[in-house]
Amino acid sequence: MNEKKGINSGSVVVGIDVGGTFTDLILIDSREGPDRGVRVAKTPTTIENQAFGVVNAIRETEVPASEIGLIVHGTTTTTNAVLERQLARTGMITTAGFRDIIELGRRTRPQAYGMTGTFTPVVPRNLRLEVDERMDAAGNVLTPLDEDGVRAAVKALLDQGCVSLVIHFLHAYANPAHEKRAAEIAAELWPNNYITTGHALLSEAREFERGVTAAVNASVQPILERYIARLSNELQGLGYARDFLVMNGNGGMISAAHVAREAAKTVMSGPASGVMAAAFTARRAGVDNLITYDMGGTSTDVALVRGARPAVSNEIEVEYAMPIHVPMVDVHTVGAGGGSIARVNDAGLLEVGPQSAGAKPGPICYGRGGMEPTISDANLLLGRLNSKKLLSVDNPVSVSDVEAIFAKRLGSRLGLSGVEAAGAVLQIANIKMAGAIRMVSLGKGHDPRDFALFAFGGAGPLHAAALARELGIPRVMVPARPGITNALGCVVADLRHDFVRTVNRPVASLDVALVKSVLEEQRVEGEALITEETVQPERIECVHTADMQFVGQTHLINVPLPGPEVDRDALQALFEEAYFKRFKVRLPEIRANLVNLNTSVIGVRADIDLASLIDPAGRVATLAEALNERRQVWFAGDWHDTPVYAREKLPLDAVIDGPAILEQLDTTTVIEPGDQAASDADGNIIITVGAGR
Amino acid sequence: MTDTSSLDAITLSVIQAALQQVCDEMDLTFSRAAFSPVIAEANDRSDGIYAAEDGALIAQGSAGLPVFVGVMQYSTRTLIERIASGETAAPEPGDIYIVNDPYLGGTHLMDVRFAMPVWRDGKIFCWLSNTGHWPDIGGAVPGGFSASATAVEQEGLRLPPVKLFKKGELDPEIYAIICSNIRVADQRIGDIRAQGAALEVGADRLAQVLDRYGDETVRHAIAELRTRAATQMRTLIAPIPDGVYRGEAFVDSDGVVDEPLTIALAIEKKGDTLTFDFEGSSPPCMGPMNSVLATTLSSVYLAMRHIFPEVPLSAGAFEPLIIKRPEGTFLDARYPRPVSGCAAEVSQRIAEAVFAAMVKALPEKVTAAPAGSSGNFALGGHDPARGRDFVMYQISGGGYGGNADHDGLTNGCSTIGISKSPPVEVMEQAFPVLYRRYALREGSGGAGEHRGGFGLSYEVELLRGDARASFVMDHGRTGPQGVLGGRDGRVNEVTVWRDGKAHVPPHLSKEQDIPLKAGDRVCVGTPGGGGYGDPLKRAPEKVLRDVALGYYTADEAEALFGVVLSADGQAVDEAATQAKRGG
Repeated sequence: MNEKKGINSGSVVVGIDVGGTFTDLILIDSREGPDRGVRVAKTPTTIENQAFGVVNAIRETEVPASEIGLIVHGTTTTTNAVLERQLARTGMITTAGFRDIIELGRRTRPQAYGMTGTFTPVVPRNLRLEVDERMDAAGNVLTPLDEDGVRAAVKALLDQGCVSLVIHFLHAYANPAHEKRAAEIAAELWPNNYITTGHALLSEAREFERGVTAAVNASVQPILERYIARLSNELQGLGYARDFLVMNGNGGMISAAHVAREAAKTVMSGPASGVMAAAFTARRAGVDNLITYDMGGTSTDVALVRGARPAVSNEIEVEYAMPIHVPMVDVHTVGAGGGSIARVNDAGLLEVGPQSAGAKPGPICYGRGGMEPTISDANLLLGRLNSKKLLSVDNPVSVSDVEAIFAKRLGSRLGLSGVEAAGAVLQIANIKMAGAIRMVSLGKGHDPRDFALFAFGGAGPLHAAALARELGIPRVMVPARPGITNALGCVVADLRHDFVRTVNRPVASLDVALVKSVLEEQRVEGEALITEETVQPERIECVHTADMQFVGQTHLINVPLPGPEVDRDALQALFEEAYFKRFKVRLPEIRANLVNLNTSVIGVRADIDLASLIDPAGRVATLAEALNERRQVWFAGDWHDTPVYAREKLPLDAVIDGPAILEQLDTTTVIEPGDQAASDADGNIIITVGAGR
Repeated sequence: MTDTSSLDAITLSVIQAALQQVCDEMDLTFSRAAFSPVIAEANDRSDGIYAAEDGALIAQGSAGLPVFVGVMQYSTRTLIERIASGETAAPEPGDIYIVNDPYLGGTHLMDVRFAMPVWRDGKIFCWLSNTGHWPDIGGAVPGGFSASATAVEQEGLRLPPVKLFKKGELDPEIYAIICSNIRVADQRIGDIRAQGAALEVGADRLAQVLDRYGDETVRHAIAELRTRAATQMRTLIAPIPDGVYRGEAFVDSDGVVDEPLTIALAIEKKGDTLTFDFEGSSPPCMGPMNSVLATTLSSVYLAMRHIFPEVPLSAGAFEPLIIKRPEGTFLDARYPRPVSGCAAEVSQRIAEAVFAAMVKALPEKVTAAPAGSSGNFALGGHDPARGRDFVMYQISGGGYGGNADHDGLTNGCSTIGISKSPPVEVMEQAFPVLYRRYALREGSGGAGEHRGGFGLSYEVELLRGDARASFVMDHGRTGPQGVLGGRDGRVNEVTVWRDGKAHVPPHLSKEQDIPLKAGDRVCVGTPGGGGYGDPLKRAPEKVLRDVALGYYTADEAEALFGVVLSADGQAVDEAATQAKRGG
């Protein structure tokens, strides 16, 4: 692997991911000479200005910033802004009669049962103004644009102190002329570039989703741009004067100079980069189909990767009634994490979650006053986590104190000891998580035996083997540095542009020349955009797909196309096969419909050698030398004398039969009795379920 | 005999989660494979597992439409009884029954149920069943929501339990009978396959669960889980002070006779049970607002589940809820009373009566009345530009009731539903209509310390050709009830503008086949939610904000909330407000 050359070789590439708690950095130095290789840094995230944490992380590497060739950055600036509604003051101008669209939503409630809930629109009602104009569904003008009305509305919103502006007209996806003209008028008066038109990000029918997407974009633009400017300044101060790249939610990177134009695309950037790293790491190991499993303190992110490509969705809802409909890596969040609380309900049954102890007070073992048993506490009590090596602990709490709380709160009501209760907590938590993972991944018709479970995040590798057994997945993969997977995603991510064009025609009457020209136009546009970037990829790949359905259906199935030239019979056959695979149903009576044509243009960057993620010099010759200690660990109802190894020291050819524990700074990996673990050339741990002695 | 002592709480939890998972996967398969938007998008369907002996509910998918809570246990029980008596042919492996008879444990005719036994060693271990709302089932009006039917035969095709699939194969004869009696029959095959595929997926997954844990263990677990769900519900009921709590709700009319129908409910709390007595409710009605018993029971269950969402759906959870059969009232409809309005509207009034009674018992947990209507507006006609007939449905939401912690939600889904309303742009693509307005209905939320949420105000114009408009809505006569001093939400309003003249339906919220020409318009204002608590206790700064956002006028702020604003409307006039409120 080491002989590969590309833009990444002979230079220093840095990936930085700013998470809720920590800012993670990975630096890959492939220049000639001694003392090169991989460096990582972990510093506390600086909430008020994330740029400080980024700078601290770079300083920690001790590599001068002037020697860095490229910085790629994943940020939660926009995510936090949306979830906490810390948004720029934004005004909205809509078609007369329709200013309430983004507040009314689609007549929903947050949960199926319970008649309560709250919702705060992105733009408040007093900053949403109407003007006369109207298109019909075919894009014909019914009412001309009232240009004076636009001017008056723009001035009124400026008077109200708005910084950003959204122009959102009905049917602008069919004919954007009014939105474009209104934006021109607004630009004459507006003091900055923060003007978003509804059709610009999402040219599809559905006024609520398009309006919210545009409103989110406008209201995070100033925040993202301010942050990018601050970070540029800080980096320049350090001696890094080049452009840097920012991760988008679609798993591709974009120049910092352009990122704010479509700021909404960064809202899911963190989870997307983790999935990109997983896909990249697994592909190098020859594994193309995986379910990524990133378990953190409060939630778990799950995504599906097929054929080494993450599934992409343009229907992500970041929270209740907050859809952002631009193509993004399809990451599902499951409400279970290390802090999920266990309790005995009124039926005398044990429940885990959905309540979480969060970061404050956090699990009991954090010593911040938490008194409710959590998943993390159960792992500690059962010997899976090392009580001496816990991160984020304020006041150490003894294992016996944790045990007493488990005995009192759970065990006494279940007829179990504290330890037995902790075992039960893990069992219930795993079955719940497995069910949720199945619904968002395998529930879509895939065979679990074709997949590997790729575990990362602080808690993923603790649970992965048990989950894989529950799901019928034969293999678990734990990357070399599970705690910095998102930062690694920044280093390995591709340049990427996605295009969607609505066609909506029955296959039987489809013009195949049109299909070809649409797909080729999309490819040409994407290639042009990639050429604009400061970083050039090793090669450009183009993926064409079609969203299809049977005539009369509303749900879509995404069908990969062999290329832009495809005839009607082939389209029909490809769709029928995909449909059968998913639902085991054939419907020869009904014709197929082609709804969207999609193209992803991907600038693939050169390979990166991952073998040095764990320093080869630190590895030892025999398993025995890597042994930290033996301790009692609870599996399947009993204590087992279990070896605990230092992950960084493991010989590359080691084969480990469970039970065993692997410890490293980032995370702890549990190998269950009956399973077997081995390392691959890149230092990934592969656990084969049921293969142990 | 079941010996449950050998089963620990952990195994029970594991099996409970596994059974839930089976149902959730059935729900997912049904929706994703279905053709009709009403199932695929609106999730107007439900899947569950039922006991072999009596059809009792074992587990139900968490994404099912709330109004189907518990309903299928009655249809499954009836099927089991008919098989035992020989009225219905006994099942063989691979058979799936179809039934939609409302009087055999159903809702309205459009809700079509499939039921399939799960076989273990040649015996029935349990039943899987699902319900899907078909977009048409024949009858006088497309879609089935007749506002003026007077007998069930006018409402559509009624199917007793018969085998639609025999040994795994679709029976072409029964299929042909169905297709000859419904509209747009050519697409029904897709929904039928989806509904069957969901049961097959469920059977596969359930077999895996049984193989893994053992049939006997699962059987014991099911019995024990039922007992435990009952215990859980009893534990939640026990702290309520003993006594009788009364609630009332009113249906505007039955669609035929212009008189309100009364639901009178007395809930007696004693020990750890609640007894629901509907005595004093109106007698059976001429029009289609009768409710069959299964729907009445289900409506009580779904209301209680809105109050206690933590109790899992199973027959055990319903045990402490004792519902007296409301004989002689419109809530216990017998053949041939028309019933098409029961699932969509009457069920929500029953839930409202439950809320109105229970809020007195549990003021911290129960909300003031929500809008509680599905807001069905149907427009059927001919589009000359496209040379074809069309049927358009607009469903709409309304305001939710205020509660102890918050104001009510605006434009919430119906109490019994979870389906989203269609986008205006999609409606205009598909039908010859133009929406002139789709807006928050100002002032509609009932005043209160925590006010009701706001309803919707829309206006839609017919662009071409001729059409007929029909409405099945409710709360036109009285608004959703406020509680603890809160005011009622605003009533539902329908106005049809024909040739520039306003027509208001005589029954206010229900009318069938109003003829429209191009240029005519329909205006609808949906109800706001009821207010919670004394409006004079609402924080003045919240009222100021409500006025700034245009939710209420300054005059309304003063009249309803006793809050006086400064002349420029930018601040609260503290002294004047104090004088007004101190009174």
